[in-house]
Amino acid sequence: MEPITSYQRPNERGYYGKFGGAYIPEMLHPNVEELQTRYLSIMQEPAFQLEFRDLLRDYVGRPTPLYYAKRLSQQLHSNIYLKREDLCHTGAHKINNTIGQILLALRLGKKRIIAETGAGQHGVATATVCALKGIECIVYMGEKDIERQAPNVARMRMLGATVVPALSGSKTLKDATNEAIRDWINNATDTHYIIGSVVGPHPYPDMVARFQSVISEETRWQLKEKTGSELPTHVVACVGGGSNAAGAFYHFLDELSVQLVAVEAAGHGVNSGLSAATTALGKAGILHGSKSLVMQTEDGQVVEPHSISAGLDYPGIGPLHAHLYETGRGHFLNVTDEEALRSAFEIARLEGIIPALETAHAFAALKQLKLNETDQVVLCLSGRGDKDLATYMKQMEMMNA
Amino acid sequence: MSRIKKLFVAKPSRVLNVYCTAGYPKLNSTLEVMEALQENGADLIELGMPYSDPLADGPVIQASSSVALDNGMTITVLFEQLKDFRKRIHVPVILMGYMNPVLQYGFERFCKDAAAVGVDGLILPDLPEYEFETEYGAVIRQSGLDFIFLVTPETTEERVRKLDQLSGGFLYAVSSSSTTGSNKNMTDVNAYLKKLKGFHLQNPVLVGFGIKDKTGFDAACEHAQGAIIGSAFIKALEGSKNLQVATKSFLQSVVGNS
Repeated sequence: MEPITSYQRPNERGYYGKFGGAYIPEMLHPNVEELQTRYLSIMQEPAFQLEFRDLLRDYVGRPTPLYYAKRLSQQLHSNIYLKREDLCHTGAHKINNTIGQILLALRLGKKRIIAETGAGQHGVATATVCALKGIECIVYMGEKDIERQAPNVARMRMLGATVVPALSGSKTLKDATNEAIRDWINNATDTHYIIGSVVGPHPYPDMVARFQSVISEETRWQLKEKTGSELPTHVVACVGGGSNAAGAFYHFLDELSVQLVAVEAAGHGVNSGLSAATTALGKAGILHGSKSLVMQTEDGQVVEPHSISAGLDYPGIGPLHAHLYETGRGHFLNVTDEEALRSAFEIARLEGIIPALETAHAFAALKQLKLNETDQVVLCLSGRGDKDLATYMKQMEMMNA
Repeated sequence: MSRIKKLFVAKPSRVLNVYCTAGYPKLNSTLEVMEALQENGADLIELGMPYSDPLADGPVIQASSSVALDNGMTITVLFEQLKDFRKRIHVPVILMGYMNPVLQYGFERFCKDAAAVGVDGLILPDLPEYEFETEYGAVIRQSGLDFIFLVTPETTEERVRKLDQLSGGFLYAVSSSSTTGSNKNMTDVNAYLKKLKGFHLQNPVLVGFGIKDKTGFDAACEHAQGAIIGSAFIKALEGSKNLQVATKSFLQSVVGNS
């Protein structure tokens, strides 16, 4: 049975506590309202569920393994389980959501898909499902991210998507999101916007969290198989907008014994001026259609964040996570660029897994937790590191120099 | 009677509202531009408060916002500039901006300060009707500011009527679902405005988005009380050596000598 007050569900207006809502211009009202009124009923249709589950199994490769990381556990004197979202088709958890949203978009009769992307993982995942369904795909990506994530740009193009550079502001994820929203305003009737994270106006945070919740749904029974208990002591995940964390936390949100650990990108350091640690630096505000914590100046201008990881380089955080932070239900840590890089190399050599830079932040945070031998920790290994090879190669050159 | 209401009583048709960005092109040019607009035929001035992430705006207004922010424009600076503006400007003035900077300034404090300097109305495109009704509307009403909602060709009749009820001053009819400064076909707009006219709304209707010249203004005025020009005016100011000359020649091209 669902508890009466749940961290999982926003209220009918999309608020998690004081965060959420749909702060959108009137031009988007018909689209957003249609989504608000129809997303739950479409998602609950048996035919939808069947198609969604089939694709997750046969196309994405779910369930993804829950792997006991033996050497890492030994090093930390604890028990670390890795939820292997890096083994999903396209290399990250992002596709769980894009599969769901493309099926939804088709049922809404949409003919054109737009998306924003930071690291390029969501862009690739969107381009992939659009190819799968034969539907036009336009991906907005910050000019700076296009440079640092070249392999993913090539993948999107090979999959038939048009990649449009976002040239405004910091030329990263925030600006790509602005451009995608503007496109949506200009093409409201025929276009569905597949937002890649648990951000944006209601119902996106809830909808994306539900599509990603398959991560924790599987984790529960997999952990039970391995340990006899469905509940770990900790779930650890990196947070930019927060979609992998939302999925990894989802079925543990109301299990209060489980500590939920969200790891943000500190960039050069939380107080360096070059950071993306939103809960540490942000104030309540409105960004991309919802009220949440936002990194901003005293005058309410949104700050350009910094992280070595394009997927975490975002000045906001989903309203669910803002609520988890505000209520203390979530435990928020942050990790610098340097710590994340070091951790990526360590994990590669300890476990034979090259993680995405985003995930490397989650790994690095394990050292900040006071873990002991009886702890059962699930870490969401949100993506693989192939896309970050250029950064890793540069690091190796520096280490050898 | 509010200043905006008086305007529509005195001039029930061909009302021209011109948008300019506060602090653009120079930090201290705000008043100079407003004065030039008033002298050359603008009936109403919509003053944009620049924001880093202006979702509803196209590239021209985005660029002017970045320049204004780089110039150092903030809400605090703007209210400082507007302190004695009623000694020089008598046309109604509306502030247009986005929720986040207003929230950081303090919503109630913002409304109070705006009303105190002599501002007449407020447009916040990302303040939705639900939050307006439950939280912010009362504060705005108490300050005496008119709040202006946007409607689009896709807004249902029921919702147009509701937004009309909640609006004061006028209703802002977006000519097509787009960001500001886009090029859309005016014939579709005509049918839409005719439909709006048939609703016999309580507020006058001004048409905005994509109106850039005399042809567009005249077309809008056929079925609405007037129109709003933004991006085209900002473009006219771009790189101009003399703001007064640029403003004068732009407004003459739209409304002629009046």
